[in-house]
Amino acid sequence: MTLLALDWILMLEKLILIAIIVFASLGIALYTTFSERKVAAVLQDRPGPNRAGPMGLLQPLADGLKLIMKEEIIPNSASKGLFILGPAMAMTAALMTCAVIPWSSSVELFGRKIDLQIADINIGILYVFGVVSMGVYGIMIGGWASNNKFSLMAALRGASQAISYELAMGVALIAVLMISGSLSLKTIVDQQMAPGAWWNIVYQPLGFILFFICAMAECNRTPFDLPEAENELNMGYHQEYSSMKLGFYLFAEYVNMIMSSAVMASLYFGGYDVPFLDESTLAPNIAAIIGVLSLLTKIVIFLFLFMWIRWTIPRFRYDQLMNLGWKSLIPLALVNMLATGAVILWQQG
Amino acid sequence: MDTIQILFFSLSALAIFSAIMVLVSKNPVHSVLWLIAVFFAISGHYILLNAQFLAIVNLIVYAGAIMVLFLFVIMLMNLNSEGEPRKNWWMKLAGVVSGGCFLVVLVSLVKQATELSGKAALMKTGDIGLIKNLGKALFSDFVVPFEISSVLFLSAMVGAVVIGKKD
Repeated sequence: MTLLALDWILMLEKLILIAIIVFASLGIALYTTFSERKVAAVLQDRPGPNRAGPMGLLQPLADGLKLIMKEEIIPNSASKGLFILGPAMAMTAALMTCAVIPWSSSVELFGRKIDLQIADINIGILYVFGVVSMGVYGIMIGGWASNNKFSLMAALRGASQAISYELAMGVALIAVLMISGSLSLKTIVDQQMAPGAWWNIVYQPLGFILFFICAMAECNRTPFDLPEAENELNMGYHQEYSSMKLGFYLFAEYVNMIMSSAVMASLYFGGYDVPFLDESTLAPNIAAIIGVLSLLTKIVIFLFLFMWIRWTIPRFRYDQLMNLGWKSLIPLALVNMLATGAVILWQQG
Repeated sequence: MDTIQILFFSLSALAIFSAIMVLVSKNPVHSVLWLIAVFFAISGHYILLNAQFLAIVNLIVYAGAIMVLFLFVIMLMNLNSEGEPRKNWWMKLAGVVSGGCFLVVLVSLVKQATELSGKAALMKTGDIGLIKNLGKALFSDFVVPFEISSVLFLSAMVGAVVIGKKD
């Protein structure tokens, strides 16, 4: 069985892993929409969705069903192919990030050692940046193809915001990479897991805050949700969209949130590391399961933080957004990078 | 045909098809999107050559940033295929002739180059494209050209700020 000289079992293993991770992210995203509404309700002192199923737990399914059953409308003046391509690209780019995130250490099944990471590539975190910069096209294509002034304005806003904040994010990231000396997320997590090592947040508190703010802007979350500012732009770049195409845009935002939480957890909070526990003393399969749970817990905490901020802080004005990005975050990130570099040089003597 | 050859030929076909679509698309926005597809195919080739860093930087910088700015400009200019000025047939002819001459010169150049003759591309081998080796080479052997090019970028940035400043 050497057809095409490929390791077909490895291929199958990776395909199953991809399927599990994609469906799990979609499932978590489904319930993130529900918890978003619940958290909003708690913060605004009202009960929130509680009709569908016990405690309203079936609400996301009802929402999804509603979106699917709605009529698909493609405006006559829209550019048809691109109108469909927009949400598809947004969703694809959001899901592609999961390929380089180390979800846990490896498990042993049927005598094979299976890494719970789809691809440990040499460029690791840069791949995430590449995919994120592709996600901008989902918004831009959708906004333009709708042939609507408000959609186009929102798309332009979204793209310029994403480009501006990607810079500060990249510079904040460089400081972490200088400490770890590797681009691979797996290596970065392993270094934080090593006995006696601290999480990167200890060395990079300012870097983490910058990264977090930029991640919030990249995900178009309030206070950075200018592309969907409903009181200025009706509804934003997805105004002309209906049914599941709209659902894809909304869903892609939640998948993006999950993925950026996972990246932040891996970069700054030890990934699948459990604090004060030496994983190497446990059986590998148990350690892997504990690792997954630990990473999921960190992701859920980040998601809650995203929601908390969304329902607490009002939206920026556009000029404030640009001022914050270019005049505060980028200089701070540069200072942080220089200081980190200086300390590393000083330690090396 | 092994896997790498299959990948190589399908990527090449994609690149050439997209490049042709860039030229024949009536709508400039479609042209830009096809150009992004070309960049993707070329990045795929870089990965086949084990130049992962080059591949991802090509995507981040060209497809992710520069093409977004292209799209900005084209979307805001609101170009329609009806409003496009008609080009003269002799201008098209001149374009075809000069482009064809350029192609002939390029092909003959590649054919004559002694360092290329009888050599195949190194697929999946060689590790100079990996980030560690590339960084070492850039900051030791080629440090002067590297720093000079960064000064060039700085001057471009200063120029952009000066032009963009309103007064």
